[in-house]
Amino acid sequence: MLRNTLERAEKAKKKKAALGEDIDFENFEGEEAGEHEEIESLKDLSNKNKKSLLKVGVDASEAGRAGSFLQIDQSKVCSNCKSEAIELMGLPQAIEKYNWVKDYMWNAVPVDTDKYTAKTALGEPGGYFIRSLPNTKEVFPIQACMFIGDEKVAQTAHNIIIAEENSELHIITGCSTGEDVQSAMHVGVSEFYLKKGAKITFTMVHNWAEQVEVRPRTGVILNDDTTYISNYILTSPVNTIQTYPTAYCQGENSKVVFQSILGGQKDSILDAGSRAILTGKNSSAEMITRAVSKDESQIYTRGHLAGKSPDVRGHLECMGLVLSDDSLIYSVPELEGSSTDLELSHEAAVGKIAEEEVLYLMSRGLTEEEAASMIVKGFLSMDIAGLPPELAAETKKMIDQSVQGM
Amino acid sequence: MVRLLLEITDLAVEVSGKEILSDIDLYIDKGETHVLLGPNGSGKSTLFMSMLGFPKYKVIRGEILFKGDDITHMTTTERVQLGLGVSFQNPPAIRGVKLKDLLNIESSKKGAKPVSEELSPETIALADKLKFSDQFLERDVNLGFSGGEVKRSEILQLLAQQPDFIMFDEPDSGVDIENVELLAEEINVLLDKDKKPGLREKSGLLITHLGYILNFVGANTAHVLMDGKIACSGDPTEILEDIRKEGFKGCVQCCGIH
Repeated sequence: MLRNTLERAEKAKKKKAALGEDIDFENFEGEEAGEHEEIESLKDLSNKNKKSLLKVGVDASEAGRAGSFLQIDQSKVCSNCKSEAIELMGLPQAIEKYNWVKDYMWNAVPVDTDKYTAKTALGEPGGYFIRSLPNTKEVFPIQACMFIGDEKVAQTAHNIIIAEENSELHIITGCSTGEDVQSAMHVGVSEFYLKKGAKITFTMVHNWAEQVEVRPRTGVILNDDTTYISNYILTSPVNTIQTYPTAYCQGENSKVVFQSILGGQKDSILDAGSRAILTGKNSSAEMITRAVSKDESQIYTRGHLAGKSPDVRGHLECMGLVLSDDSLIYSVPELEGSSTDLELSHEAAVGKIAEEEVLYLMSRGLTEEEAASMIVKGFLSMDIAGLPPELAAETKKMIDQSVQGM
Repeated sequence: MVRLLLEITDLAVEVSGKEILSDIDLYIDKGETHVLLGPNGSGKSTLFMSMLGFPKYKVIRGEILFKGDDITHMTTTERVQLGLGVSFQNPPAIRGVKLKDLLNIESSKKGAKPVSEELSPETIALADKLKFSDQFLERDVNLGFSGGEVKRSEILQLLAQQPDFIMFDEPDSGVDIENVELLAEEINVLLDKDKKPGLREKSGLLITHLGYILNFVGANTAHVLMDGKIACSGDPTEILEDIRKEGFKGCVQCCGIH
């Protein structure tokens, strides 16, 4: 890594994040890369781990997947790719293979963003490298999984995803913890680069243990005529999550979509936002969030649309259901227009389940609880747009499975 | 043999502290279909909601017996499980709840079977009869449905549910002529009209504004509701004729004749 980068990381080692509870790395243990043995295929995993993976949409049979990547704690355990359109490997291997990879590192996410990015840069290597080759369109997704297998581990990963010109790339990522893990920490830095005419869909399901601290850091750089679609699903209890992916729509006609399904349970604190900086001519952003808070959970849903050149459009939508008196949904939509002829809008509604809907379902024989649960699940099961049919069906299954627990 | 299915005696209902219905007596036998007529705001839908036990509608006097059970203070779910059914005039749209999911739940409740993921061939055939495609059944219930689609979806759900006593709230409003006949055909199925009168088990109470549907669905008795009271009961054809000629007020005045 460039010396300058390391210096900046050193300086940011203690820098608190702008949002979210400050997590002390001292409470966790770093693990060395290579602690866990490599396997050829996810099929070689124990049945217990296969099950954990399946819960977050990662299919150990690898059927219908272009390739699979698995990191357990700090070790790359599996990386295989069937598709000729895509390169998949650990980031350290990619740096070794291509001397240009380092030019992509820390461009979409500044290394000195906060202590978490700094830690990722300074600590043990980890993460994946995915690159779709120019003029290719692989319909099957790459599946990637970040798995924490040991108690108290602080896992870091630095992921670089590049979609070369006129390529299409679909990624499913699942993050999960082993059955015996209660407390751990995960920091995942993901940088996406979309070259002219490229499209990436990125669907992420989180299913952590109840005492896990999660700090993803994501940046997306979009060139001309590109589309980036992110779907984020979290409905299981966790200690705290704070994430605020930022998309830089620099290219003409670039388009970003963030869709999030957030279910707060127990005393989880979910702080999830999305930001789009619209500088490219005719670029656009759409952000849709559905949030349901139960128990003592707190959900902060943030959105920031910054329109900086003419003819850009952005819309932000957040719908929330507060199901318990001890829970909270705090919706913070921000619109920033600094050019003429742009259109930015937002709509947010936080409330309760409509009684009329409950009574309607009760009139069909459902009990009040069954009716409420059906409405909540329906509310969260939003239709995800922009996926190819195979992946849409798969994603629907993932969402259905995730909202079952709500 | 006891043929009495529904007995409403001296019912009075209050909504937000205001008495909307009073002195309601209504007796419906097995196999009978009654019609509820009356001007807007006379309390027709209020009577339905009260019979369903919706919390806003407080029974302050009287009782409702269904199949001999006192249901006056039962929950909506309990009443429906006993065999009450309803087709709403303006049902709410529920985002993310598919018509298909509802149909599956309704048929499972009926047969006390576990809810299946896929529709049974019977339900698919019913949907087909009501001109619903497989794709349509995947839609969120009532979301963006046309007026006619709402009515047909309500009837389809009742067909899956198979209640013993059904309340129809304006099943023909906003429906074109061709579809009124189609709906009437299925309402007749729901009410056992294909059987001989003595063999019919199902009963119904129908709210209609225009009475057009009565050309296709035979009714035994009509009641006219005025200002929250049943002002008049009698032969549906004669009462409708009177209302057409004299208006509701005129009809009620000459009601003693019937």
